[in-house]
Amino acid sequence: MSHFVSTWRMAALSGAAVLALAAAAPAGLAQEADPSAVIRIGSLYEPQNLDNTAGAGQGVTEAFNGNVYEGLFRLTDDGEVEEVLVESYEISEDGLTYTFTLREGVTFHSGDPLTAADVKYSIERVTAPESQSSRRNSLAAIESIEAPDDRTVVITLGERSISLPYNLSYVWIVNDAATELTASADGTGPYRLDDWRRGTSLTLTPFADYWGEAPSNGGVVFTYFTEATAQNNALLTGAIDIIPSVQSPDSLALFDGNPQFTVTEGASTTKELLAYNDRIEPFNNVQVRKALARAIDKERLLASIWGEYGTLIGSFVPPTDPWYVDLTDVDPYDPESARQLLEEAGYGDGFSFTLDTPNYDPHPLVAQFIQNELAQIGVTVEINIITANEWYTKIYQAQDFEATLQEHVNHRDIVFYGNPDFYWGYDNPEVIELIASAEASETVEEQVEKLTEANRIIAEDAASNWLYLYPQIVVSSANVSGYPINGLNSQFFAYDIEKSQ
Amino acid sequence: MRRSLILVFSLAIAAAVLFVLLRLLPGDPASALISVGADPEQIAAARRQVGSDLPLFEQFIHFVSSLMRFDLGTSFVSRTSVAAEIAARLAVTVPLTLMAFALAVVIAVPLGIVAAVRADKWYGAAISVVSQLGIAIPVFWVGILLVAVFAVNFRIFPSGGFPPAGWSDPVATLRALALPTITIAIVMAASLLRYVRSATQDVLGSDYLRTARALGSGFAEALVRHGLRNGAVPVVSILGIELATTFLGAVVVERVFTLPGLGSMLLLGIEQRDYPNVQGVLLISTLIVLLVGFVADIIQRLIDPRLRRSKRSEGR
Repeated sequence: MSHFVSTWRMAALSGAAVLALAAAAPAGLAQEADPSAVIRIGSLYEPQNLDNTAGAGQGVTEAFNGNVYEGLFRLTDDGEVEEVLVESYEISEDGLTYTFTLREGVTFHSGDPLTAADVKYSIERVTAPESQSSRRNSLAAIESIEAPDDRTVVITLGERSISLPYNLSYVWIVNDAATELTASADGTGPYRLDDWRRGTSLTLTPFADYWGEAPSNGGVVFTYFTEATAQNNALLTGAIDIIPSVQSPDSLALFDGNPQFTVTEGASTTKELLAYNDRIEPFNNVQVRKALARAIDKERLLASIWGEYGTLIGSFVPPTDPWYVDLTDVDPYDPESARQLLEEAGYGDGFSFTLDTPNYDPHPLVAQFIQNELAQIGVTVEINIITANEWYTKIYQAQDFEATLQEHVNHRDIVFYGNPDFYWGYDNPEVIELIASAEASETVEEQVEKLTEANRIIAEDAASNWLYLYPQIVVSSANVSGYPINGLNSQFFAYDIEKSQ
Repeated sequence: MRRSLILVFSLAIAAAVLFVLLRLLPGDPASALISVGADPEQIAAARRQVGSDLPLFEQFIHFVSSLMRFDLGTSFVSRTSVAAEIAARLAVTVPLTLMAFALAVVIAVPLGIVAAVRADKWYGAAISVVSQLGIAIPVFWVGILLVAVFAVNFRIFPSGGFPPAGWSDPVATLRALALPTITIAIVMAASLLRYVRSATQDVLGSDYLRTARALGSGFAEALVRHGLRNGAVPVVSILGIELATTFLGAVVVERVFTLPGLGSMLLLGIEQRDYPNVQGVLLISTLIVLLVGFVADIIQRLIDPRLRRSKRSEGR
């Protein structure tokens, strides 16, 4: 009997011990973050140079935006616009004059204090004729910038621009005394540029005199890869800690469900689309465009590329834009009605067109899928593979194409449909008017209402064929946390990243 | 003197051909600077900046005149000196090539001789078969395989990349170059081995070796005293070609291992139509290849007095 009891006691005790261990284990594993740990980020986007007004590409935004340079405002990872170098601002009643008061005690990495003259200089760099900033147009409403004293900046507009604070989030405030910003940097951010080895890495170290909270880590090293496989191997072997934006679906299998890594899906703003040249036949015919939209099974396409990741949106507006509405039901997959629409449009025997396809993933795969789908409604697709460079020359500049595949990465870029000179040549006066007047709105509600309406119209018009929204996937080692998961507009704020040893 | 003139002349021809060929590629170099959203004014500014708005002839004059001043120009995209960037990248590619070459020679020469001398034994035949396999395997595949085994699985070497500190930390750098070096060496040794084997076979069947043995030399002694020197002449010329090929072939391996060498600079330059970068890399590569040929030629003459004599008689 006593033997029986002791066995029971033993069993209970060992059970309790196991439970206690299990409870203690996560606490034991989640070691304290090491504030001096250097975070190694692996990226496929090496900056071409370090100046975002000189055609530097998205890599410089990823590495520098909010880390090395700050703007008057910042687009947070949740899509909110918040003040950074601006302490407060006032808008005149007519909405044409913005008076900004700058934060006090801000210094550049070189030690110079931030003044209104630096802000004026920085904005003018972006709006200058030789500027290669992709956001230059969005600041076209600015008529003049004054700096009446060191802490005050007055911007006068020619017409209302409700997105001004948002658009200013793209403008890096640089030291007006700085030269050679293509290879060096002088910003006000929490990190300063330590070293840039072209083709290899970019090293940022915490800036001791930063006006705000110090970073949670001891610095950041961006390591650059030309191939996703090499990037994955680096994460697998511990050579890097985190991949901010996974571009190869196949690699997810390596990390998914592996306790050594964390896979996070955030809100992406990257849209994969089949854009037509809406100026030419047959793409100038709404029925034809709608037929093509209904002929492609986007759910199957997305699943075949990204598996369970990614989203269908039915238009150009991602869910993080304030004017998002779900438009996937406008032209749902329905090959039968697609055939009917073609018949009505006078293309009962189908037609053929050339699809200019960028030579990098996932476009060639998507092109083949489209080719198969459209063949089923009698439309023949000739796939023409081109380089990124040819894409810009032939499609973007010369607008010499029938249809093309492209990914558009930015937040809030529905405005492209309001520009009839844009490469896809969509020209609907109602949409142009809505988009233009939305910018002149007096309230955000009015702006949202107008852009939502514009969004509906482009979807009804099947202006382009919006295939899917890419997933935004971050993969990190399990001991790394605190990173942004949405990466809106290719930003990647590094200051809150923590790593335990 | 005559050889130096040939060298300069070859370089000039190469430069002109490069200039024309690059401009035949579709695409405008200004495209690397613009982004979606750029308006016509920005596109025009980009074209002005890279000079693609100028007539081809004027671009050529610019190119030639800066070459005359030994100026390789400034990258369109990064706006940095092409010469400085090439110098930085040579610090990766040259050591990589030389180490791979040395390793390949160390593997191929003894094995090649064994394969020839012991062709009738099983291991001689095995060496030949394995070398055939080595030639058939693409270099990037060898690279991927080595990464999978030695980097991802066993974690002995890094899977790629180059240490940010560069050569100031030689141990880390050598570790980073280990797998790429082995990759190139394996593929290179395989083809080199065949040349060594056939050169040795020629020597084995030669009259002078038979004579030497008839005069009482042992087989090994005859081979070392007479055979090696004779066999070395064709091997040296092949070595020169192989070295040059390795240098150029490092492109693929640099890609697999993400090394910031000359090859990756060339690939990126071509993608971006960054003419100054591409021209600079190709000119320097041409120069290096010509120099390697030049040196191989001199070595051959040093080894084989007959070559020196035949040149003199040609001169007359």
